[in-house]
Amino acid sequence: MDRRKSLKAIILGAGAASTGLVFNGCNTEGEPTVETNISEGAEKFFGRTPEELALIEKLNAEKLFNAHEMETITILSTIILPPKEPHGGPVEAEVPEFIEFIAKDYPEMQDTLIGGLMWLDHKCNTMFQVEFKTATLEQQKQILDTIAFHDPEIPLNEQPLEIQFFHMMRGLTVTGYYTSKVGIADLGYKGNMPNVWDGVPEDVLEQHGVAYDPEWIAKCVDQSKRGIIAEWDDEGNLLT
Amino acid sequence: MQIKELTEVYDVIIVGSGAGGGMATKQLADAGLNVAVVEAGPFFDPKNPEQMTQFKWPYESPRRGAPKTRDFGEWDMAYGGWEIEGEPYTHTEGTKFDWFRSHMLGGRTNHWGRISLRFGPKDFKHKDVDGFGDNWPISYEDVKPYYDKVDKLIGVFGSKEGRPNDPDGFFLPPPKPRLHELFYINGAKKSGIPVIPGRLSMLTKKINNDRGVCFYCGQCSRSCSVYADFSSGSCLIFPAQKNGGRVKIFVNSVVREVTTNEEGKATGVSYISKDDRKEYKLKAKVVVLAASACSSARILLNSKSKQHPNGLGNSSNHVGKYLHDSTGSSRTGFIPGLMNRKTSYNEDGVGGMHVYSPWWGDNSKLDFPRGYHIEVWGGMGMPNYGFGYDPNEFNKFFGLKVGGYGDSLRNDVKKYYGSVVGFGGRGEAIARKENYCEIDPTTVDKFGIPVLKFNYKWSDFEIKQAKHMQDTFEELIHNMGGEPIGKKPGAEKNYGLLNPGEVIHEVGTTRMGNDPKTSVTNKYQQLHDVDNVFIVDAGPFVSQADKNCTWTILALSWRASDYIIEQLKQHNI
Repeated sequence: MDRRKSLKAIILGAGAASTGLVFNGCNTEGEPTVETNISEGAEKFFGRTPEELALIEKLNAEKLFNAHEMETITILSTIILPPKEPHGGPVEAEVPEFIEFIAKDYPEMQDTLIGGLMWLDHKCNTMFQVEFKTATLEQQKQILDTIAFHDPEIPLNEQPLEIQFFHMMRGLTVTGYYTSKVGIADLGYKGNMPNVWDGVPEDVLEQHGVAYDPEWIAKCVDQSKRGIIAEWDDEGNLLT
Repeated sequence: MQIKELTEVYDVIIVGSGAGGGMATKQLADAGLNVAVVEAGPFFDPKNPEQMTQFKWPYESPRRGAPKTRDFGEWDMAYGGWEIEGEPYTHTEGTKFDWFRSHMLGGRTNHWGRISLRFGPKDFKHKDVDGFGDNWPISYEDVKPYYDKVDKLIGVFGSKEGRPNDPDGFFLPPPKPRLHELFYINGAKKSGIPVIPGRLSMLTKKINNDRGVCFYCGQCSRSCSVYADFSSGSCLIFPAQKNGGRVKIFVNSVVREVTTNEEGKATGVSYISKDDRKEYKLKAKVVVLAASACSSARILLNSKSKQHPNGLGNSSNHVGKYLHDSTGSSRTGFIPGLMNRKTSYNEDGVGGMHVYSPWWGDNSKLDFPRGYHIEVWGGMGMPNYGFGYDPNEFNKFFGLKVGGYGDSLRNDVKKYYGSVVGFGGRGEAIARKENYCEIDPTTVDKFGIPVLKFNYKWSDFEIKQAKHMQDTFEELIHNMGGEPIGKKPGAEKNYGLLNPGEVIHEVGTTRMGNDPKTSVTNKYQQLHDVDNVFIVDAGPFVSQADKNCTWTILALSWRASDYIIEQLKQHNI
């Protein structure tokens, strides 16, 4: 289902049916509907100004990591967050590409990342006479175990480079994965689409041991009347 | 090169298109006046698909929402930021002020928090209460009718609570609290801190046929494509045009100065076009400045002439003085009771807090004179750059190892998703003459216009207030069964007190008053020195209150506009 159709379905389909409401956007006559604007906007642009687009194009044209480094990043990221059905892993989430872009965008990260990759190879060569990317998983883990658990009480910038490096790689891998389409599906986040908020579901309230105060709820919006134009009496009491 | 004079004489030129400029545009154009709006940035319409960021997913951008080009993240709808290339500002050594500017149609109203609080009766006369600062020359009763009209025109949700200094209005019904907000309500109750439904300008209910109703995507900072939140363009300027008003918008036009004639009256403005970097002159009977408190002060100070050698409206030497921002201090907490959440539902809600705490304290028993309100955030928001960066840092609270790698990280991310809450205190600072902005004659921007130099220091009052905020936040987090995150900012960090300017509520630079020697405008926001120049941004504020300034900017801009219409009718200006 394409985005436009899926939005339509959400707006007019299941969600509306279950609450008995129909979503109404800003359908001024003759103008494209909100749904059309939203879907077409999403397909063509992502809200960048011309200057911002130019910066992205410039960064995309640059190369920061060589092929070996990109391969090492790919291997390392999948050890950090192994792929899992059905939502894949860092490769499906384009984590290596994301890391390269971010390191170009924030040059202050570059030395830590490149230096850390070189540390990995140096360490692996010293211990096992192979580069990190071709070592066995067992060997790779043996090295990572020495840098993957930092002391949270000591500020990171006071810890050795290889620890800073791993912290950065893990951070970028996890953030890259969970900001991807597959990662968001894995997380289960349900928002970023039109809906009608009508409170926390009963089973969730129960799970967390809280309840709505009826007096409070009495002040809140009656979603069945959201489409009726507001009118008040002179005292500010809502009549509609 | 000769300055290009445009021949048309407008009734009114409005400089700036944010809250104050937008409201003046709407009122003056609706009254049939011929209006020119001069805006330093580009045209912006929240529903333009090319500019829109609403509903974008993080993966639609290679930087996944990182704040490289926009300070509040890639999807935030404010062009500009704390620093703008080629448009510097400077500081007196040893002082601080951070200045957030957004140059675009609608200005900062496109991304703001939409927290829409009326000032209360005490806020206009606070000197009478504690002896600090000055009273306004107007009272709540003067502004109330305009607050009422703003509520009905623009829409704000809230609830009638009958609190004496947090006046009720014509509210749309508020949304139900989210899960973390229920925890907050319970936690605050234990400390006797009041919690009431938020008051934000988002349409939880239809207000007219031109604007959509909120569909709860939580993205008001991206500016709403169906106009269900308040932005100046979508709610004031476009409706003024649609209403048949004569509104000509000059975009990419940076105003240099207000021009004056032999008698010292304003004749219009001169501006630099960003498109060709040439200077143009626009003429009008009345000039309304709404460029933001500091920008309007800068324009006045740069408008020097034989008749106004100290800058326009500055015979009192008060332009730029009494600059003050809200105080701000924040803390986050980890709440174990919010762990292991079901992601079965969408809890984006509106783009802001569904509940908040208005000021509850009695300052006569405290070591600082003014209050603050508490803003609350949290929940299962959309992941963006930075999400899960330290996926299991809270392990330390359970004596578990922090760090590692492998499948367990997925479980950690899900276990802790939605378990963090944050508090922001937003309070009132005393307005002081010693805190000011002035022209820095040594520095110009890329348009050749002398820039502002800031001189601002917090006093002990604000620092003590921030300490109170930190103590309160810690108590609230513990009440919620949680653990504060990170080290509590102590005296060495002014208790986390943000730099002046960082809350982006700067006001006071052209304050109103009855005495032309100690104020810049009269109570109708008309310059004492020049009767056809008005200021409708937050410059005329005498004090800021423990509220946010936008709703008062809107009400006062409407009030000033009514006065302008009346004065034009009577041929007084």
